[in-house]
Amino acid sequence: MGYQSANIMLQVSCLLYFFSMAGYLFFLFNQKEKTQKRSFYLLASAVLVHLAGVVVAGIATRGLPIHNLVQSLSMAALAFGCMFLYFQYKFNLKILGVFASILLSFLMLAVILIPDTPVEASKILKGFWLYSHILLVFAGDAALALACGAGILYLLQEKAIKTKTQGFFFKRLPSLDFLDDVSYACITTGFALLTFGLITGFIYAKTIWGRFWSWDLKEVFSVGTWLVYAALLHFRFYSGWRGRKSAIMTILGFMIIVFTFLGVNILLGGHHQEFTK
Amino acid sequence: MINSIILIGANHKTAPVELREKLSFTTDEILDALDHLKDDPNIREGLVFSTCNRTEIIYIPETGDQIEEVIQFISQHKNLGVSEFRSALYVYKGDKAIRHMFQVAASLDSMMVGEPQILGQIKKAYKTAVEKGASGVLLNRMMHKAFSVAKRVRKETGIGDNAVSISYAAIELANKIFSDLSAKSVMLLGAGEMAELAVEHLISNNVKEIIVANRTFKNAHDLAQKFNGKAVQFEEREAALKDVDIIISSTGATEYVLTVDQVKRAMKKRHHNTIFFIDIAVPRDIDPKINGISNAYVYDIDDLKNIVESNIQQREQETIKADRFVEEAVVTFRKWLDSLALVPTIKAINDKMTNIVDMEFNKTLSSLNHLSESDIEAVRRMTRAIASRTIHDPIRFLRNTGDHRDDSLYLNVTRQLFDLDIPEKK
Repeated sequence: MGYQSANIMLQVSCLLYFFSMAGYLFFLFNQKEKTQKRSFYLLASAVLVHLAGVVVAGIATRGLPIHNLVQSLSMAALAFGCMFLYFQYKFNLKILGVFASILLSFLMLAVILIPDTPVEASKILKGFWLYSHILLVFAGDAALALACGAGILYLLQEKAIKTKTQGFFFKRLPSLDFLDDVSYACITTGFALLTFGLITGFIYAKTIWGRFWSWDLKEVFSVGTWLVYAALLHFRFYSGWRGRKSAIMTILGFMIIVFTFLGVNILLGGHHQEFTK
Repeated sequence: MINSIILIGANHKTAPVELREKLSFTTDEILDALDHLKDDPNIREGLVFSTCNRTEIIYIPETGDQIEEVIQFISQHKNLGVSEFRSALYVYKGDKAIRHMFQVAASLDSMMVGEPQILGQIKKAYKTAVEKGASGVLLNRMMHKAFSVAKRVRKETGIGDNAVSISYAAIELANKIFSDLSAKSVMLLGAGEMAELAVEHLISNNVKEIIVANRTFKNAHDLAQKFNGKAVQFEEREAALKDVDIIISSTGATEYVLTVDQVKRAMKKRHHNTIFFIDIAVPRDIDPKINGISNAYVYDIDDLKNIVESNIQQREQETIKADRFVEEAVVTFRKWLDSLALVPTIKAINDKMTNIVDMEFNKTLSSLNHLSESDIEAVRRMTRAIASRTIHDPIRFLRNTGDHRDDSLYLNVTRQLFDLDIPEKK
């Protein structure tokens, strides 16, 4: 029963995500406080239902439900949803909801459409270090995805001001400074989470395979991603890479994350691959 | 004359600033004027509203229209001959007065249409009038309606959004670049009149620091003193770029006073923090190529003019919508005013009672099948008699309240007690 009801919950949350997206798109045009608030509540309820679905699925499989591509995507969406709620609460950057709701809706659509084959719970997928590793990495990636969203908004606004064409977005977006602040806050949060995620991953690898590092492709790419963001933060501090350059870097960084998440497993293989098959 | 509302006033459209200054009421003078209106037996309710752009007296006369008397009162109170200001006054009666008040509250009649301060000022004037007891049921209701229209106009039209003057357009841009202007410093290049004007607007936005650089140091010094700023030598301008975030340039120079190389060097020193150049000089002071440097933005006078022009066009569209909201509010308020008369109120009470009695009677009747035709008629007569006896005394009281000053107060209470008002649409 657990598996089925979990699926229904995921479907309901997908529907709610789509409603929220519709609301946010509407808000993009009419710019009414009320529309934004309602869309936000829809999105928050979608996240709650989603969370409940994942918990039920977790109980059914007796472990974190990330055994295949569908479950991993669903977990990624959930992490992103939670992270969005946190940053929306902190910064109240209303238009970010447009980006978040679109991303979430289509992620969840994929979750629902891709056939989900129940997997036997693997013995290897248990334990404190593994759970910490997974949760931290997902949360970190989610924060970096938000940074990418803020970066896109920054570039839109920057273009409007630089080219002196006050188009559709100029009035709807906040100041460049503010967008940069939000993006920076997301990057530092994401980077910190990712750092701990990698450390717990190494420790887990040591307990299972007896070594910290095994040149697995996903490991290589993850550390690569980490280095990209480390470089971004370094240049920001020491060479004044802020604003436009920082925004472009966050978008590139996120593309590498997406590739690490999906591409490496699908195209290249490695010992992380079972999560995204 | 229960529903004649009269408004006498002068504003920036009818009176030059010298006259507006003379006509304007200070807070204490408003209190005096309200006392006068309250004590005048010929005036039932009154409210006085005065800002630097307008002075308006709105009142409800007891007898006649009292226009000449009120103008006389202004003349005495402000020590002005009537002939000095009579031609600058406008006098509105009835719906026109109501409409004008709504337009003022919604900032449609302001010098800077859409500016938000006016509503706060009106609310304050209203509060003062209420505290003094000068305004009553009618004006109170009207002012509340004015507040709700103003709110609606602000929320549902874009009238306050668009900057329609060059300096406002520049500030709007600055607000889209920087999140907090109060943490930013401004440098003026050139100490001319244009620079002064621009700074006045910026000061109302509270910037952190103002630095003035001018070829004649004395002028820079004078202007800096005026705005509590700091003067620097014109040659120090490149060094100053390190610490300022907004540069407003209005020198008479024929060459660029800031070049790409200078700004590039400065950007390194300021760790590429965003910098915004506003060039209002003709010929231009700031090399437009500086706009190509990362995190540097240059707007010249033509760029700003373009923004202003497109904003003015948008503003006109929004004004049409705002006017409609005002018109709707005038109509609802007028309906309420008309209903506040004695006859419609009595009729409404009667109708309501008859309805209730008939409804209850029919309900009971449907379960009493044994009554004959004449019994039914007798019972119906009895129920109606009870209803009309019940409301007889309240209606008699309404016909003669014994309070010559304010019938509308009792009518209003009655309408609320019996819940007679047509619910207003939200």
